[in-house]
Amino acid sequence: MNILVCISNVPDTTSKINFIENDSNFDTNGVQFIINPNDEFGLTKAVWMKESNQANVTALTVGDSSVEATLRKCLAIGADKAIRIDCPAHDAYSVAKEIEAHCKETKYDLIICGRESIDYNGGLVPGLLAGLLDFNFITNCVKLEIKESKATFSREMSGGTEISECELPLVVGSQKGLVEESDLIIPNMRGIMMARQKPLDVVPAQGINPKTRDKKFSKPEAKSEVKLVKADELDKLIDLLENEAKVI
Amino acid sequence: MSVLVYIESENSKFKKSSYEALCYGRALADSIGKKVCGVVINCSNTENLNSYGADKIININSSDLVDFSSKKYAHALVEIVKSENSKIIILSSSPNSKYLGAHLSGITDSSFVSNVVKLPESSNPFIVKRTCFTNKAFSLTELTSDLKIISITSNSFGIVEKPNNPENETVEIKGISTNQKILDIEKESGTVTIADAEIVVSGGRGLKGPENWEMIESLAETLGAATACSKPVSDMGWRPHSEHVGQTGKPVASNLYIAIGISGAIQHLAGINSSKVKVVINNDPEAPFFKAADYGVVGDAFEIVPSLIKKLKARQ
Repeated sequence: MNILVCISNVPDTTSKINFIENDSNFDTNGVQFIINPNDEFGLTKAVWMKESNQANVTALTVGDSSVEATLRKCLAIGADKAIRIDCPAHDAYSVAKEIEAHCKETKYDLIICGRESIDYNGGLVPGLLAGLLDFNFITNCVKLEIKESKATFSREMSGGTEISECELPLVVGSQKGLVEESDLIIPNMRGIMMARQKPLDVVPAQGINPKTRDKKFSKPEAKSEVKLVKADELDKLIDLLENEAKVI
Repeated sequence: MSVLVYIESENSKFKKSSYEALCYGRALADSIGKKVCGVVINCSNTENLNSYGADKIININSSDLVDFSSKKYAHALVEIVKSENSKIIILSSSPNSKYLGAHLSGITDSSFVSNVVKLPESSNPFIVKRTCFTNKAFSLTELTSDLKIISITSNSFGIVEKPNNPENETVEIKGISTNQKILDIEKESGTVTIADAEIVVSGGRGLKGPENWEMIESLAETLGAATACSKPVSDMGWRPHSEHVGQTGKPVASNLYIAIGISGAIQHLAGINSSKVKVVINNDPEAPFFKAADYGVVGDAFEIVPSLIKKLKARQ
């Protein structure tokens, strides 16, 4: 079985978010980039399936050479091979189209993407890919089992969990729960050494035009000072919530 | 051409977030001089939608669409997009609507922008304001494809009643199939879900252990709120994953968010930043949450929360 894990290279969760060039671009200065957390749950699951399903795991990113450190980490975690499609990730649409083009040349039974990236939060790439490739699609996936060509999976939905099955090929939007946080693989020295020997192919891009463009960024307005209420004056808190904030 | 709004329902009951999407659609249609058309699936009684300004309600009647499926629902919506010659589709931000929106954009080869918080800044070019970097920033985003799909963050636009007498149409659609099949749905026991909640009561590590969650649940019940928790609490298994809110958990966009015993790590604050009013209860006055909150109480949660429940109950 061939598994493709699509990786987004995102600012670390503790990063300060600032913008440059007249608020038209994200300021990467001093920002540490990591594997998108939702993707990492999916990557770990895929690596487990190397044993349980004799799977081959390819990690793929659309981006310039600066994303290669993140791809090397994916190899150290256990991916067999990495691919970088050589162009900046303009928007979800162009990224999904670039991945689609690759998937038409190389066949995958299962494509795993994080349910959303923690930078642009669009949650689009997995759905777009499924739609473009006419694959089945499941997002917010918290459980996945594959036997031969049949997948059984659970997704978190509003107020519950839905359990479904389908035939492969399938696109999965992964998130925490697919594997536990404590199951995430921290690369050891052997993994890191082996990662250096594994292939990281750079593939030319199709040059797809994006369909969305970030014109200008802004940050939320500074919050006004918190109103403190004494612990023995909770009636005042209730009054503020009822009459000032009007939320209860 | 009309502005299409997908209206989600569960057991023939419409979702509140879909009412909001319809109101947004009405306002957007007004700003560009178009009509707004709501689309429901297998709901013959749409009277409850009449207060929110639709010019037309289309009920897609199909035995193929009894269970939700992003693929089948997307293909059904494509039929309506064609018949109504729509260029704009509006969805709510519920998990199913976002799931559907992403799939729909792939099937129609078009652009989709989620987490939209305001009416478009301009309609030509079509530019909307959305949150990004998990609520740490906003982006003015231009959509350039012919068909434009957007989903609206809950509680960002609000519900504006505008009674109208919409034209009703029923469309029969047949022959949509997929090999994807729902086997079972496990419903959570709580009555209010985080996505639909007006009020969310959330607990953190300050509560010391899962045995102390009774007061969180009791406060939530008193307020008709959903319960949530911070990341360490779900990592330690005190509460289920589905309650974890924050950057890698669920986003919260409630009217009121009450954080109890949560210090306010940057990742947590990012996930709940879209909530309108934030209250923090914590015994550490230096907790970063106090910088992000509207109201705060410094003190022992084990004394404050029971007392608050008592006072709220007395008020009712």
